Amino acid sequence: MPQPRKKNEILYFVLRNAKLRIGVAVVFLFVVLALVGPLLTKYQPRDYVAPGVQPPSSEFWFGTTSFGEDVFTQFVYGLRATFIVGLIGGGLGTLIGILIGFIAGYRGGIVDEILNMFTNIVLVVPSLVVLLIIAAYLEVRGLLFESVFIGFFAWPWAARAIRSQTFSLRSRDFVDLARLSGMKPLKIIITEIAPNMMSYLLLVFILQFGGAILTAATLDFIGLGPTNGVSLGLMMNNAVIYGALILRMWWWFIPPGLAITAIVGGLYITNVGLDEIFNPKLREM
Amino acid sequence: MSLQVENLTVYYQTLKGDVHALEGASFGIVDGEIMGLAGESGCGKTTFGQSLIFLHPPMKLVKGRVTLDNVELPIGDMERMNDFRFKKISIVPQYAMNAMNPTRKIGKMTAELLMSRNVDFQTLLPELKRRLDLVKLSYDVLNMYPIELSGGMKQRMVMVLSTLLNPSLLIADEITSALDVSSQKAVAEMLVEFRNKGYCKSVIVITHDISVLYEIADTILIMYAGQLAEKASSDIIMFAPLHPYTKMLISTLPEVGVRYADKRLTGIPGGPPLLLNPPVGCRFRERCPLAFEKCIEAPPFIETGKNHFVACWKAGA
Amino acid sequence: MRRYFERKLFIYILTFVLAVTIDWLIPRFMPGNPIQILISRAGLKAESAKLLYSYYMRAFGLDVPVWRQYLNFWIALFHGDFGISIWLFPQPVIQIIMRAVPFDVLLLLPAILLSWLAGNKFGAYAARSKWLDNTISPLGYILTATPYMWLGIMLGWLFGVILHVLPFSGAYSYSMMPSFSWAFVGSLLQHWILPFASLFLVMFGGWAIGMRNMIIYELEADYSHYLEALGAPRKLVRNYAFRNALLPQITGLALQLGVIVGGALVTEIVFSYPGIGYLTLQAIQNHDFFLLQGCFLFVIIGVLLANFAIDIAYVLLDPRTRAGMQGEG
Repeated sequence: MPQPRKKNEILYFVLRNAKLRIGVAVVFLFVVLALVGPLLTKYQPRDYVAPGVQPPSSEFWFGTTSFGEDVFTQFVYGLRATFIVGLIGGGLGTLIGILIGFIAGYRGGIVDEILNMFTNIVLVVPSLVVLLIIAAYLEVRGLLFESVFIGFFAWPWAARAIRSQTFSLRSRDFVDLARLSGMKPLKIIITEIAPNMMSYLLLVFILQFGGAILTAATLDFIGLGPTNGVSLGLMMNNAVIYGALILRMWWWFIPPGLAITAIVGGLYITNVGLDEIFNPKLREM
Repeated sequence: MSLQVENLTVYYQTLKGDVHALEGASFGIVDGEIMGLAGESGCGKTTFGQSLIFLHPPMKLVKGRVTLDNVELPIGDMERMNDFRFKKISIVPQYAMNAMNPTRKIGKMTAELLMSRNVDFQTLLPELKRRLDLVKLSYDVLNMYPIELSGGMKQRMVMVLSTLLNPSLLIADEITSALDVSSQKAVAEMLVEFRNKGYCKSVIVITHDISVLYEIADTILIMYAGQLAEKASSDIIMFAPLHPYTKMLISTLPEVGVRYADKRLTGIPGGPPLLLNPPVGCRFRERCPLAFEKCIEAPPFIETGKNHFVACWKAGA
Repeated sequence: MRRYFERKLFIYILTFVLAVTIDWLIPRFMPGNPIQILISRAGLKAESAKLLYSYYMRAFGLDVPVWRQYLNFWIALFHGDFGISIWLFPQPVIQIIMRAVPFDVLLLLPAILLSWLAGNKFGAYAARSKWLDNTISPLGYILTATPYMWLGIMLGWLFGVILHVLPFSGAYSYSMMPSFSWAFVGSLLQHWILPFASLFLVMFGGWAIGMRNMIIYELEADYSHYLEALGAPRKLVRNYAFRNALLPQITGLALQLGVIVGGALVTEIVFSYPGIGYLTLQAIQNHDFFLLQGCFLFVIIGVLLANFAIDIAYVLLDPRTRAGMQGEG
């Protein structure tokens, strides 16, 4: 029941929660950079723009790679890829988690048993290794493909968490009432259970978003990311392979890692801030 | 006088401001008295009980004095209050079902708690066993985890544990509300027996269920929206109350002896005011059929008959 | 208790069967003659390629029915026969993997256990005061958000290149042969520090944050308030809260294993540390799919064993599971 008073209260806490402000500001900064950045550069990520191994200058803000590519250009295009993976991979992971969590938690019984077992199996298998195997066999891989596959393996913990939440909501009075009034299960889930878990689902999505970014960075770093285009993980991969460490080309490997850390850290801190807003118990301390 | 409370005012600090949960409470309890504390949920009963023993943030002591056995309790001082807790004043909390650490055997937890208060567990063990017998718990519970006990068993165990050091005052907060009717009666009777045996000198029983109080309490104190409304012996509260709120509250009860009969509860029209910005004067004003101009001033809690205290301008008039 | 373990074991066995099946299916999914494709991609000398081709034609047994092929795969597996490496032809895959496993144990076991212990300890400290919370928690969030490889790169750059105090490539000096000499053990330790540190630090951040949040939750739990109302000292209340907060952290360890494996993989790659992770990269780069299959299976086995160990630890530490299980029969 969204009462105006309650909405105001949430907004009030949103505005005065420092963690939330910092987290959102950091993520927002990088989103803007990802959107605007490619407009600020006249190059393409793989263009040869100047002799290689140049430190940052007014011409090349983040310097150049060993091959004379502009690091800034790669960086901003890589940021785009990062957010796309987070959005699609994290979104898909959340969606599957919601679907399986709702069904298992609402139906219970044998359906729950089977879904639970399935969840546990996918949970135990180290998803990255499976992704790695699949990616290794494929000659051509796209960003969308990578995102979707990450989503397919990221849902288990979300499903488990949502299942137990659904489980506790299922036995509440208002759900009983809906059931007694002859409402269909799907409608009950959509109109009665889901709205009461919105805040929780938002938290799940944020964590899935961050997780997908980290997984993608790992895959890209191994060299199993998209075969076309650049990503932050691939930049680090190239930096390591082509000896940026020994050549002391810090401008090559610091920006991509720093950006991932800042984005994922910003997401986590946003998550904590939101958690404090939704769960008054955590507000003290 | 066992307990003397003077002008006790406790607020809840929230980010939106102070909630005036308890305002200017003054009353006394004599040795051996079982006092029921009743009122609708949210009227400040639990805050009141908590503030006497464990006044922790976000609760805040605004003013007031509490003396127990002629010693002033430092209720606003978390550290100094520790000397009195458990030994002089104790509590059976509302959440007794979850009051024991789920991962410790009950006996071990008891021993660790006692040791932390510099009491020797072994010397108390025979007495503990006697009391377990009294509440019909086997000694085996000491070797069990809380999860292995039923709700009623946990309730009784916490009662025994809380009163183990024979406190002067026991606060029993909603000890019957989580139980079925037959266990309710048994637990209520045990409380009386605890008092009779001297395990606790006097008791404050906090509940919203007045019918339980009538069976065990000597006196009843009615609260409304953070203020005291009326205190008198149980019989007077039940059959000759003076405060209009008490009258309405009693009239909503099913007649004594016909609990849960098919007589429908009429309920009290309206709801209690929000305590974030409580109205000035008598807080029952807006729902009160007898309200008049003077009610804009808060009525004092005065003795209108022997041991009968009322906060209402119209009472006794 | 038996029922609990039987269920768990059933899941693990099912997982293993599924993993093996995936492992078996993948090369067969490839269009055309998989063996031909695999071997031609590897760019071997003509006669080795021919040898390998005939070996794998036999091993794959493409001429027998599918169910028979599948069965043969299992039989070979139980004989420890993972095939022959293409990259390091003609060494058997199992031999190559067995050489790598000790390095994984050396690196991962201490990193996981020590970071878990230290993270929990520091997380509990963070919940003690505002000041500690404001220093430990942000650090924890930054560490746990850091990609493993980036922390590895930064540590390698800082200590290996700029300060030039620690080696950042390999498991021991290239000029040495493995032996039981002090010099070798010293070199082993020196090379171990940086990869260990990057794994340790990232995981440490996660555990510290987890513990901090769990313990605050436990300190607000009813049993904590009851103890405080009875005048129990802070020390006892904290002690109980810490112990109870450890339990979800154990579950968390099981949930994190997959991520940890990924972290170990890239960390080994950054430092060219010759564990299974590094081997996996070599297998991918050299199109050695049989080695890759073997690595995959070994990782799965390792994760399943670790999961089982965690299950046992949990039952030993949480009396509720034991108490509940007795009731079940």
